[in-house]
Amino acid sequence: MTEYITTIGLEVHAQARTASKMFDACSADYAGGEPNTRTSVVSLGLPGALPVVNRRAIEMAALSGLALNCSINLQSIFARKSYIYPDLPKGYQITQYDQPLCSNGWIEIRADDGSMKRIGIERLHIEEDTGRLVHMPDGSSLIDYNRSGVPLMEIVSEPDIASPEEARRYFQKLRQILMWIGVNNGDMEHGELRCDANVSVRPRGQHEYGVKVEIKNMNSFRAVERALAYEVQRQIQALEAGATIVQETRGWNETLGVTVGQRSKEFAHDYRYFPEPDIPPLVLDADWVAARQAELPELPDARRARFEAEYSLSLQDAELLTIERSVADYYEAAVAAAQAVNGSAKDVANWITGELFRLLNDSGEPPGCMTVRMPPAHIAEVLALLARGTITRTIAKQVFEESFQSGQAPSQIVAARGLTQISDADTLATLAREIIAANPKPVAEYRNGKTSAIQFLVGQMMKATKGQANPQTARAVLEGELNAS
Amino acid sequence: MALTRAAVEHVARLARLQLPASELERMREQLSAILDYMTMLQEVDVAGVPPTAQVTGLSSVMRPDEMQPTLSQAQALQNAPDHAEGMFRVKAVFEDESTG
Repeated sequence: MTEYITTIGLEVHAQARTASKMFDACSADYAGGEPNTRTSVVSLGLPGALPVVNRRAIEMAALSGLALNCSINLQSIFARKSYIYPDLPKGYQITQYDQPLCSNGWIEIRADDGSMKRIGIERLHIEEDTGRLVHMPDGSSLIDYNRSGVPLMEIVSEPDIASPEEARRYFQKLRQILMWIGVNNGDMEHGELRCDANVSVRPRGQHEYGVKVEIKNMNSFRAVERALAYEVQRQIQALEAGATIVQETRGWNETLGVTVGQRSKEFAHDYRYFPEPDIPPLVLDADWVAARQAELPELPDARRARFEAEYSLSLQDAELLTIERSVADYYEAAVAAAQAVNGSAKDVANWITGELFRLLNDSGEPPGCMTVRMPPAHIAEVLALLARGTITRTIAKQVFEESFQSGQAPSQIVAARGLTQISDADTLATLAREIIAANPKPVAEYRNGKTSAIQFLVGQMMKATKGQANPQTARAVLEGELNAS
Repeated sequence: MALTRAAVEHVARLARLQLPASELERMREQLSAILDYMTMLQEVDVAGVPPTAQVTGLSSVMRPDEMQPTLSQAQALQNAPDHAEGMFRVKAVFEDESTG
């Protein structure tokens, strides 16, 4: 059978979360009010209204461009894209065309073979989002212009993506970076972050790309991967059957799990881009770019590598602890607190990736809640209680969970509930004698040479003390009692 | 520069103009004449003149990211030919119709 090569490029739209809109001063919080309560003469496209560029949106776009290793173009201009559809009332969208703000970037993702691979980014430009249409049963449409004019970054990848899995990983990485630098909340469900794809296949050995098909309406990472996997198979099957691929736009139907051709248009879009006469060119200088560079935090990949080197973490732990910036910040705050009481960075990592992630997962809370639920100082306290021998490991887990649930400091929980470790040999010896008397079977096994039977008896000791017995002392005391009598 | 009839039909379509066949030929002639007139600009020597998108001489006009009070829903809708549920109401819109 012929082997096929898949080629995918993604076009991602990400809102820049400014307070006001891209070209006018009304609120960009489009979901936070009744329909058409976030509009002005500019976002309603009324005659004579003058759009004025939001400085912060440009800064955020440049910040994003730098985080994606793009060059920032010191001169860029806005363009009108003719577009007659009521979700934008002007009859055109203000965007950037031949002179985008950022170009020629890349990000690194894990390829299917496990190696690291660069995916090129052709450009990142800024434009305005559209309003929301509600199609009514009677055939009319209702329009809410709250979202019209919200700043939007369009990020176009090179066709460097070789599989649906890589496409998902690229999109996830992009989301991680945009959220990390604070320009986007990553909310796909509400369309703050959206993704379209161009996909083609060609037989191995064929030099030129196959005919590309555009896929829309993929609203989750899973949808991106599923839609592209479906589309790749559809194209291969068509070629195998001797059919040709038609250049078209297809929509992903999540319920049916198929891509469906959208109505073919007699006329291709005729956008007739031309320079936006109302907005003077953006002319930036090296100092301005340097200021954006200085604003950029340490990025996820760099921080992950530093965590591995500085705190001796495994790649897997370092990745988990850099999944979001709030998690990485939390980890480092907890490490600082723990190191003050001689706790290790590795132990802190284990408590977070083990217990804390599990508890958050159970309560359904996002990682951003960590600091409130379990202040970094509380993790350090648990480590200190353990290091001093005040509590056992079993009790530590219990205290950790209680502290997470109640917000109470771990040392207070230990004091209030009398959870201090029992290391007193006399107390434990009395208990050991009771347990030996109550469990003749394992005692006999032990005495007949099956020394591992003592494990059961140690377990009984721990159970009787609700986990407070020092396991080493308990074992030593049991051995003493068993061998003495 | 003689425009083809197809080009005139295309431009009419983009402008949402329904031209009767009788007017198409007249439009074709007039538009061609206008383009011929503009062709004079081609004679200007622009070697060494950088392309520009602006004649204002301004650059980087920006405003701080601050909110100002905006229109109320009633103000936004006051000139709308039709509205419902606080939204502008328009006839059915499909992309096919938008280009034709």
